[in-house]
Amino acid sequence: MTKTVSITIDNQTVTVPAGVTVWGAARKLGIHIPTLCHHFDVKPYSGCRVCVVEVQGGRALTAACSHPVTDGLVVFTNSPKVREARRLVVELLLANHPHDCLTCDRNQTCELQKLALDLGVKEIRFEKSKPTWEIDDTSPSLVRDPNKCILCGRCVRFCADKQTCAVYTFANRGFSSIVTPAFGKGLGEVHCTLCGQCSSICPVGAITVKDDTAAVIAAIDDPEKIVIVQTAPSVRVALGEMFGDAPGSVVTGKMVAGLKRLGFDRVLDTNFTADVTIMEEATEFTHRLNAGKDIPMITSCSPGWINFMEMFYPDLIHHHSTCKSPQQIFGALVKTYYAQKENLDPSKIVSVSIMPCTAKKYECTRPEMNASGYQDVDYVLTTRELGRLLKSYGVSFNDLAPLPYDPVMGVGTGAGTIFGNTGGVMEAALRTAYEVVTKKTLPAIEFTAIRGMGGLREAEIDLDGSKIKVAIAHGLGNARMVMESIKAGNPRGWHFIEVMACPGGCISGGGQPIATDINYRAKRIAGLYDDDRHLSLRKSHENPEVQQLYTEFLKEPCGHLSHKLLHTTIHNAHADLL
Amino acid sequence: MGSIATSGHAVDLAKLEPVFDKYKDMANGSLIPVLQGAQDAYGFLPIAALQAIAKRLNVPISQIYGVVTFYAQFRLVPRGKHVIRSCQGTACHVRNSARILESLKTVLGVAPGDTTEDLKFTLETVACIGCCSLAPVMMIDTDAHGRLRPDRVPKILDSYSN
Amino acid sequence: MTSTIPLTRLKNAGDLEALKNKIFPGLALRKDPNAQPYEGVTHNIMVCCDTGCTSSGAKAIVTAFEKDLAEKGLDKKVEIVVIGCHGFCEMGPLIVVYPDDVYYVHLKPEDIPEIVEETIKGGRPVEKFLYHDRETLKPVVKYREIEFYAKQNRILLTNCGHIHPERVTEYIANDGYKALAKALSMKDDTTALLEEVKLSGLRGRGGGGFPTGRKWELCRNAPGDKKYIICNADEGDPGAFMDRSLMEGDPHRLVEGMTIGGLIIGANEGYIYCRAEYPLAIRRLKLAISQAEELGVLGDNILGSGWSFHLHIKEGAGAFVCGEETALIHSIEGKRGMPTARPPFPAISGLWGKPTNNNNVETWANIPGIILKGGAWYASYGTEKSKGTKVFALTGKVRNTGLAEVPMGMTMREIIFGIGGGIQNDKKFKAVQIGGPSGGCLPDSMIDRPVDYDSLIEAGAMMGSGGLVVVDEDTCMVDLARFFLSFTRDESCGKCTPCREGSTRMLNILTNITQGKGKPGDIELLEELARNIKLSSLCGLGQTCPNPILSTIRYFRHEYEAHIYEKKCPARQCVDLLTYFIDVEKCVGCGSCKKICPANAIDGNKKEPHIIDIQKCIKCGSCIDACKKYKAVTRK
Repeated sequence: MTKTVSITIDNQTVTVPAGVTVWGAARKLGIHIPTLCHHFDVKPYSGCRVCVVEVQGGRALTAACSHPVTDGLVVFTNSPKVREARRLVVELLLANHPHDCLTCDRNQTCELQKLALDLGVKEIRFEKSKPTWEIDDTSPSLVRDPNKCILCGRCVRFCADKQTCAVYTFANRGFSSIVTPAFGKGLGEVHCTLCGQCSSICPVGAITVKDDTAAVIAAIDDPEKIVIVQTAPSVRVALGEMFGDAPGSVVTGKMVAGLKRLGFDRVLDTNFTADVTIMEEATEFTHRLNAGKDIPMITSCSPGWINFMEMFYPDLIHHHSTCKSPQQIFGALVKTYYAQKENLDPSKIVSVSIMPCTAKKYECTRPEMNASGYQDVDYVLTTRELGRLLKSYGVSFNDLAPLPYDPVMGVGTGAGTIFGNTGGVMEAALRTAYEVVTKKTLPAIEFTAIRGMGGLREAEIDLDGSKIKVAIAHGLGNARMVMESIKAGNPRGWHFIEVMACPGGCISGGGQPIATDINYRAKRIAGLYDDDRHLSLRKSHENPEVQQLYTEFLKEPCGHLSHKLLHTTIHNAHADLL
Repeated sequence: MGSIATSGHAVDLAKLEPVFDKYKDMANGSLIPVLQGAQDAYGFLPIAALQAIAKRLNVPISQIYGVVTFYAQFRLVPRGKHVIRSCQGTACHVRNSARILESLKTVLGVAPGDTTEDLKFTLETVACIGCCSLAPVMMIDTDAHGRLRPDRVPKILDSYSN
Repeated sequence: MTSTIPLTRLKNAGDLEALKNKIFPGLALRKDPNAQPYEGVTHNIMVCCDTGCTSSGAKAIVTAFEKDLAEKGLDKKVEIVVIGCHGFCEMGPLIVVYPDDVYYVHLKPEDIPEIVEETIKGGRPVEKFLYHDRETLKPVVKYREIEFYAKQNRILLTNCGHIHPERVTEYIANDGYKALAKALSMKDDTTALLEEVKLSGLRGRGGGGFPTGRKWELCRNAPGDKKYIICNADEGDPGAFMDRSLMEGDPHRLVEGMTIGGLIIGANEGYIYCRAEYPLAIRRLKLAISQAEELGVLGDNILGSGWSFHLHIKEGAGAFVCGEETALIHSIEGKRGMPTARPPFPAISGLWGKPTNNNNVETWANIPGIILKGGAWYASYGTEKSKGTKVFALTGKVRNTGLAEVPMGMTMREIIFGIGGGIQNDKKFKAVQIGGPSGGCLPDSMIDRPVDYDSLIEAGAMMGSGGLVVVDEDTCMVDLARFFLSFTRDESCGKCTPCREGSTRMLNILTNITQGKGKPGDIELLEELARNIKLSSLCGLGQTCPNPILSTIRYFRHEYEAHIYEKKCPARQCVDLLTYFIDVEKCVGCGSCKKICPANAIDGNKKEPHIIDIQKCIKCGSCIDACKKYKAVTRK
């Protein structure tokens, strides 16, 4: 049994497990203690001092985010001393923050802005005196503006502790402190996997996603171009949050309608190519298993993860599936198969994808991603960019009547949908592999054994006698553990591994709406499983459009044309980085 | 990144080996002693050496950069042959150390933190060197010079001119 | 010479006692004026070669003695003993000649032959090299009779300046490691040892003043097999050098204190975190550690007791904040020295997550005395709540700068005017700054209070590590506050908002005030910032950085007001508020001011009064220095 303690906060007594913080205990009582440097995804830092509270008997105020509860602790979260100190902290931060909120990427999602409003900071009595730093736009996905940085260190902790990449550090000290990659280099010059989690966790506009909306708008406005858009699985369970929906609300139909309003010529589904990916990957896996070569095989749909593998484990690249990601398969097919079928000039097609992911912006520009003879995917917009675009076009998202995807590459199965969450690719692959290998119908379609939020999960699947050991990792820290294990000779005997760069999978990709709900990952995942459950087609190989693709065009999974269009060679594209 | 010497210096990484050797048994926390040793070996901390240290000690390069820029002792650029540290401690302050620093700046023609063009002197300030009773004080390399007057500065510097 | 006695490993307390008895006669010269020569040595010349005296030229004195003694064939008879800080730094280079017990000050190399001739060979003191009492102007032969020393009570600095700090033998001859032997004899009852520390009433000498025994008990009782102890020797307060002097003058005392502490707390490993700016201290500590290991009073199986303790030195890399214990711990771990929130306290989770106890140099060095002579003995010094003695570094505008060890409870007036001899150049005392950037200042009206932890806090200052910087009428208190804030701003680690941003804001306001740009409301804004920074900063550095401002506003508000409302600096220090002019009555037209003026702001014909063009004047003060003779240039 866990030990519990009783503490009194603002004259209310609450019993909580020992070890929780004052901040956590206050939440239980419905008392909101504001925070800036603290975030539920990272360890407490107690730096910003916004969450200070008065502990009875204490000389100074203490940070609620890190102060552990002890029996009999008496805390005041809103005394005059606390209010004055908090307001001054925010005023001090604002005094060194550019006052360009109206034009900032994070206008209205900025935590500093909200705090100033909530705490009633109405006047800044100090002049700005920080030096002006150069904006870093060396990264293909992210933009850093150190002038906006409030030195909360969330990105530093997330990148080092969760992703184990430690791209960022605090440099210098005191008033000269800055958060930066080593030697003040640009993000594009160091080992950054572009997962973009830093842009999601940043409370202000110091790390933002590169904005490609202007190019997409220009393409839409160009009458010569046929602009075709694909939407990734996890966008549909997150986009609604930008319009007031709860996390996990499935807004597929409204999203399709919204995209049509924006003027996209065709609106298609990445779920379709997720299903294609399964056909290819499941086949590739059985080939490798039979040949006993390059086992374990690791999935390759997460471009942040691919970057990580290439940067940190270049010697183990051969374990990757050679299969491209659903986005890139889509791009390759849309300018070949789709163009033929719809009788379109591929040179006029502009292929746009809506993604939860910041690394996708880089993936589409990789030189090998032009199997169609053109750049397969021209532009990648994140969910956040799409949300903003819809707002700027005056689309009343909540009032939209749902519309279906356009045909040919618009049908996706439940297996494709769950690509968006950790464990989903594996489950989708197993649904197909089981039936293809055993020629039997799955007794239970949901592989609950591999679901959940455990950072590194393992299971043994019985494929009609042959036992397959699978593992699932999400977040690059867990991915690193997997790689270390493989490096050590794969003692766990894994055969097939799914890795996602972002904790929780694509549903919490770096381009998703800024989360305010502590349980947002679980809720978005529940949304995807719910979507899967409500679809009549739940196995990739049963997707009629996929079957049609193979019959009419590709002939067979991992066949000649597949190899040309849907597979790639993964190589270390980052050798010259610091 | 302008001021950081990224290239142009051939860095002899072999110089690091004795430093690594000295601290090889230190299970933890050897980063700062190794950086101190490396700085002794090169006179400053070249990027290539820091990368080698990162690799050997298995510490992210960003973390090393964070440490190097946190502590006043570490340099990312070469220093002069002699390092002058002008004390700005309280006792020195109330005995007019500002004028000593002014004099140093004038004679050397560099600001604190900078090195003379001939690489002879690096001028630094230091919070206190604990010779408060002789204030105002400066330290050149490991020698402390006390009871300074601005007009004595040039003569003291002359004695280090070779 | 004791330096020639070979060191062999001591197997037990008896071996230690035997070694002491063997060495002792060699040091008799220094204790007994009638002592007989030992192995042909008739004299000991103690030359202070502490960092301070070295910079005054002590090394040249040593060389001069060596040369002269060799020339006169006395080098076998006279031993030159290089000592650590003798205390009276103002008088350096200084020496003591034994057995005559003659104290010479302000020596120059050319003085040496005369001293050898007269004192060594002739047995007579040379009057002109003696210290002369400031009041009576009479020479004083024995240093103990000088007011500076006479009013001190040196129970901690007892060896400092009296033994060769690089010879463990001299430490042992003065009961060194005897306390350790005693502690080891009680190693099965370390509770009794802890009780002695508690009984002594010793409180942390690093600033906070937390009772040492209680602090040790927390760590001792913390669960865990592996524990660490740390000595904070990162003496960063500008104006403080007690710890440096102790480490340079009596390094073994620290080693012994920590070893006993390790035994009581249950730690087998200790770290001394010493600032790299103290190269001599580091060298002597390293030497002391290797000697102690060689003798078997440190390392494995100490004095045959079966108990082991290992000591390491970590050189700081230059960051004041590493005086804060969590920052110091992170620094030892190889990280940026950024403090972390407490709890967890280091006593529970410190270095590498293990229970860790951290004290400063002076605290640890007090332990051997307490164990050897008993807690009650120590507690007989000092006041009810502040026991024992405290070493202060006396600097600034005081006549006698140096180290002063006094019982807690002595008044500041006795320290400054008794030991310190009052203010230089007969200026008027204005205030004493105590506790460095974390402390405050005490004006004339407060200096008759006894100096102890609690009364200093009450007066808006704090003990800090014990730096006393005396300031006179020529020091501007607003500028002094500005000085401390610029220090804090540079040394803030940057982690928490109030310290990082707030110290900068306070500094900006203070700078504006000293430049004549102060506005009504600035004092109140400073007070608001100070109050909140104290309350909401993460660590002690931030929580105390407003103290210099609060205490100067408390006692010298009128100076702030004069700057803000009248645009005047009462101490005539703030350059932007000064005007230089030449008194036509006094000016003889010699032209030396005109010649030296770097801004060509002075004009006038030879032998006629000159004038300063205030538009051109850069207020550098060169003209005042140039006109020492006629005093015609003034500023106001």
